Amino acid sequence: MIDPASQSDSDQGRTEEKSTTCYMCACRCGIRVTLRDGEIRHIQGNPDHPLNGGVICAKGASGIMKQYSPGRLTQPLRRKPGSERGAGEFEAISWEETFDILTDRLGRIRADDPKKLAFYTGRDQMQALTGLFARQFGTPNYAAHGGFCSVNMAAGMIYTIGGSFWEFGGPDLERAQLFIMIGTAEDHHSNPMKRAISQFKRNGGRFISINPVRTGYSAVADEWVPIRPGTDGALILALIHEIIRMGHFDRDFVVQYSNGAELVIQDPDHPKDGLFFREGEEIDPDCFEPQNKLWWDLETDKAVPSHQKGVVPRLLGSYTLEDGTPVKPAFQLLKERVEKYTPEWASGLTGIPVEQIRRLAHEMGVTARDHKIELPIPWTDAWDQEHETVVGSPVAFHAMRGLAAHSNGFHAIRSLSILMTLLGTIDTPGGFRHRAPFPRPIPPCAKPPKGPEAVQPNTPLAGIPLGWPADPDDLFVDEAGNPVRLDKAFSWEYPLSVHGMMHNAITNAWRGDPYPIDTLFIFMANLAWNSSMNPSESRRMLQDKEENGDYKIPFVVVCDAFQSEMVQFADLVLPDTTYLERHDVMSMLDRPISEFDGPVDSVRVPILPPHAQCRPFQEVLLELGARLKLPAFCNENGEAKYRDYPDFIINYETEPGSGIGFLAGWRGKSGESFMRGEPNPRQWDMYTKNNCFYHHELPRSFQYMRNWNKGYLTWAQNRRLIRYAEPILIHIYSEVLQKFRLSAQGKRVGKQPPDHLRQSIIDSFDPLPFHQEPLEDQYIDSRKYPLNAITQRPMAMYHSWDSQNAWLRQIHTYNVLFVNPILGNAQGFGDNDWIWVESPAGKVRCIARFSEAVEPGTVWTWNSIGKASGTWGLDKKAEESKLGFLLNHLISEQLPDGNQGKTRSNSDPITGQAAWFDLRVRVYPAEPASKQTSLPQFVPPGILPGMKKMRQKWLAYRAGKKQ
Amino acid sequence: MKQEKIQLALVIDLNVCVGCHGCVTSCKSWNSSGSGGPMTDMNPYGSEPAGTFFNRVQTFEAGAFPHTETIHFPKSCLHCEEPPCVACCPTGASYKRDEDGIVLVNTDICIGCKYCAWNCPYGMRELDAKERVMKKCTLCVDRIYDQNLPESERKPACVLACPTQARLFGDINDPNSEASRAIRESGGYALMPEWGTKPANHYLPRHKNLFRVRQDELVRADNPLRIEGAPTPPAQDSPSLDDSTSW
Repeated sequence: MIDPASQSDSDQGRTEEKSTTCYMCACRCGIRVTLRDGEIRHIQGNPDHPLNGGVICAKGASGIMKQYSPGRLTQPLRRKPGSERGAGEFEAISWEETFDILTDRLGRIRADDPKKLAFYTGRDQMQALTGLFARQFGTPNYAAHGGFCSVNMAAGMIYTIGGSFWEFGGPDLERAQLFIMIGTAEDHHSNPMKRAISQFKRNGGRFISINPVRTGYSAVADEWVPIRPGTDGALILALIHEIIRMGHFDRDFVVQYSNGAELVIQDPDHPKDGLFFREGEEIDPDCFEPQNKLWWDLETDKAVPSHQKGVVPRLLGSYTLEDGTPVKPAFQLLKERVEKYTPEWASGLTGIPVEQIRRLAHEMGVTARDHKIELPIPWTDAWDQEHETVVGSPVAFHAMRGLAAHSNGFHAIRSLSILMTLLGTIDTPGGFRHRAPFPRPIPPCAKPPKGPEAVQPNTPLAGIPLGWPADPDDLFVDEAGNPVRLDKAFSWEYPLSVHGMMHNAITNAWRGDPYPIDTLFIFMANLAWNSSMNPSESRRMLQDKEENGDYKIPFVVVCDAFQSEMVQFADLVLPDTTYLERHDVMSMLDRPISEFDGPVDSVRVPILPPHAQCRPFQEVLLELGARLKLPAFCNENGEAKYRDYPDFIINYETEPGSGIGFLAGWRGKSGESFMRGEPNPRQWDMYTKNNCFYHHELPRSFQYMRNWNKGYLTWAQNRRLIRYAEPILIHIYSEVLQKFRLSAQGKRVGKQPPDHLRQSIIDSFDPLPFHQEPLEDQYIDSRKYPLNAITQRPMAMYHSWDSQNAWLRQIHTYNVLFVNPILGNAQGFGDNDWIWVESPAGKVRCIARFSEAVEPGTVWTWNSIGKASGTWGLDKKAEESKLGFLLNHLISEQLPDGNQGKTRSNSDPITGQAAWFDLRVRVYPAEPASKQTSLPQFVPPGILPGMKKMRQKWLAYRAGKKQ
Repeated sequence: MKQEKIQLALVIDLNVCVGCHGCVTSCKSWNSSGSGGPMTDMNPYGSEPAGTFFNRVQTFEAGAFPHTETIHFPKSCLHCEEPPCVACCPTGASYKRDEDGIVLVNTDICIGCKYCAWNCPYGMRELDAKERVMKKCTLCVDRIYDQNLPESERKPACVLACPTQARLFGDINDPNSEASRAIRESGGYALMPEWGTKPANHYLPRHKNLFRVRQDELVRADNPLRIEGAPTPPAQDSPSLDDSTSW
């Protein structure tokens, strides 16, 4: 054997090293890929990348096995003529035939009624392009998977503080001293969060994790606070109660930077009851908030215009304006609201002892108050007051779908945003920090179309498919108040469904409610499995026929890189590339990878040529757009406007001459400008040379307090990140919600809800946060189904199930149901026994595993491990399908709505967030049998044309020719 | 003074390891195509997949609810200073390098007899089921001296990968190394020292950061409620004694 220390790896073959951006999950770290003789030799974190600084996770380091997976699709496929949908019988066709089929079918739809195309995409992070395609096509029926994923987190925070966790903001753990992570299942962010937690702990910070389950990040917490699912809002409201009671809130911050001191009309007979009293003429504010509200001056005991220099306003009390209008400061209303939300009350719901709740509140309050950070950074606020320093309170939070995926999640997240505000931690050092292009106005400017006239044959959609309603008149409904969208987003049922409602698409299309569609076009979303609330039913609906033998959903197109469960139900399959075979952009128009200190966007560049006949979906969309003669993709002669996707990225502008395109870096002829500038033909080269990212570091004085930082707001306005340089006051009190409530009360002119929804709107659209039990609990017998069932996301697999990776599957080969031994003992089963898990919607058989790291009223499993037999290139006997299981089979996508036998989506009534964490179950032992498998099982679909054979005894991967 | 022999090792900080397995697959990625590879997988897409890994993370629980600790514990060859796997090897395939203390296997002369696996008290040997030879952590000996790599990257792949930087790498016999300092100052310990193998790899324990709120910190002079508490003066024209009596 040659001494391994004496030879260089780079001499073992023809070695090349290339940079690109990872996509083993949605985190998007910079990676360096080493090739040996054209094969991938190693993938490592890029040390020069701002997101991950050289580190990489289990998924990222396993990219090799994604690239060479036998589960890859290799050529376009058509369901065999005469075969049944779902039988999995396909024949290979050429791309030319594929485009002919698509152009013909979609062309006819577009000429007839464009909304008969429903186009839904998964965790693709190319929504700026897919959304553009939908808009150009003219269909409103477009969304990505956000409604299913975590829209409550986005909406709850953005409607309150103008920013949100993950891409758009996060905890500043570099300077925090207390970090509270609540309802986070090991995900979002991945590597940046791991790096930050480690650094935080090493700096002596105290880390508290509030979660029903102690895994992953929670494992290294200094304190684990187990909580019952769906009660986070109750805990947070009790913390607010205690912080206000003790006077531990940051008064100056609340006064200056939120609407807490502003006066709200308190007169049920007033047409503007519950809105802020506004002085002067009515102005149509578009999407900024006019600064024409009032404070109650402590000194003069009079109402004065808000934000006057030197005025100290009242936060509490009840007053009468000169014209006789009774008013109260918003903070007073908050205080009244949380009066009943005592720690004692919350303890009963959350299962957390009263003293612990109190102590948590005191830790937050005292740390925030007594450990202020003062950075010597001068800045000027939006009211022209100059500050010598930036001041912060070192208490940081992070939250994700533990709060979001409940039907009461929106208000829980509003509560959290308000708690963060009371502690004075919004865009401050050691608190929550924004990431560009956030903060946005509350709500952001983009609005959905306003009525059915927005959809016209052979015409782009009038407006963009998704947006941020500011009042009922922004809803996308017809004259009668009925939804225009298939998924009923932006209707009176789910007014603020800002990410759409992918989880309603199949059910509604199948039912023809609100109308039947023709083509369901799915990109990278597994609606026949883990991206459906009720996959067994979804699979049945996809196969269901009318009496005349036609499919209820006439045509299904699926684009995926792998043989997902969804592929089986396609009529046409488009083989996508992997992330290592394509160009891609992480765009400021979409979800960039900005840092706290300024905007960052990035690109992916191909490391390898596309496998077999795979084509990047971006290229497919551009070609399809050109063939359909969609204006954005064609020139006047009807020819394709762009040579390919890279050419499109360079030259596309949001409007002719706008100078704004997908990439913000190196714009202008020679790459001299940022954000705005002429197309730069060498833009891709410049990104590639700079490790595939562009980082625009803001001056220090623009890095904090951005909601109200005049310098930042003016800069952002000049760069066209925002339309207005107006301060973005935090909405402790949400006037947006109150406007919906006023309409439902019949007090507001404009669009009116259908009568049967009025009460629901009045109840849900409370301008102040409140806690109510999840919807599902209101409909089912919780004595019969006493347990909460949730999922956690395994760090080694989350977002990376999509290849059933040979290395990663050895870390998580199958999932079990984790239960507290107290529960197992009470129910008469032991560790590793087979059990039934039953909900009102169905039952699943699986293996129970005892764990002390779960709250006894909760059972949980790893998501994204269980598979349908014979998919993803796995053997049909693989443990993923035979032992593993999918919890989604127990979740109902519909609930009774108490209205003439009608149903409603199992979703948050405000945002339409799929409420998959509301799931209630019971567990009991399965009857003994010699050979158990998990249930339900599905008939394996068989191997697809062009796929590698699955039976492979050995894999001894070694890159390069020399073996 | 006698210079101690160089002994390279990993020091693993359990206080920050979140169990992400980044080290596990980064190791596999580097070593499968490296000098210690390939790292063969059996049934890679079938039932009971079982492959060679030089580094695995075991997660276990301690304590009863609600006082449960969940511990992520990365495990790989500990590069013992007195390695029993070397002493027992009948062919001399297992050896300890003089220059840096790394324990390696010469797969050319390994006969796959598994004596080393039986003798390793830590269970850190991996039999390549296809090649029938023992394989194990090399501390990326094919990286750490590679002059074609930038100096900052001459480290084991797991160390470079670790998102929480829970893996320190260095000479534990050099008192000035980062690894030695961590062992000395953060309570680093060796696994099962009673076996006398003197494992070179060490672990740093968990510790808790507490925050004590003192009673006198709960109420302070600058309590903002006091501002609100300033009584609102009654309106000038509201009734007072002056309106009703003259004494």
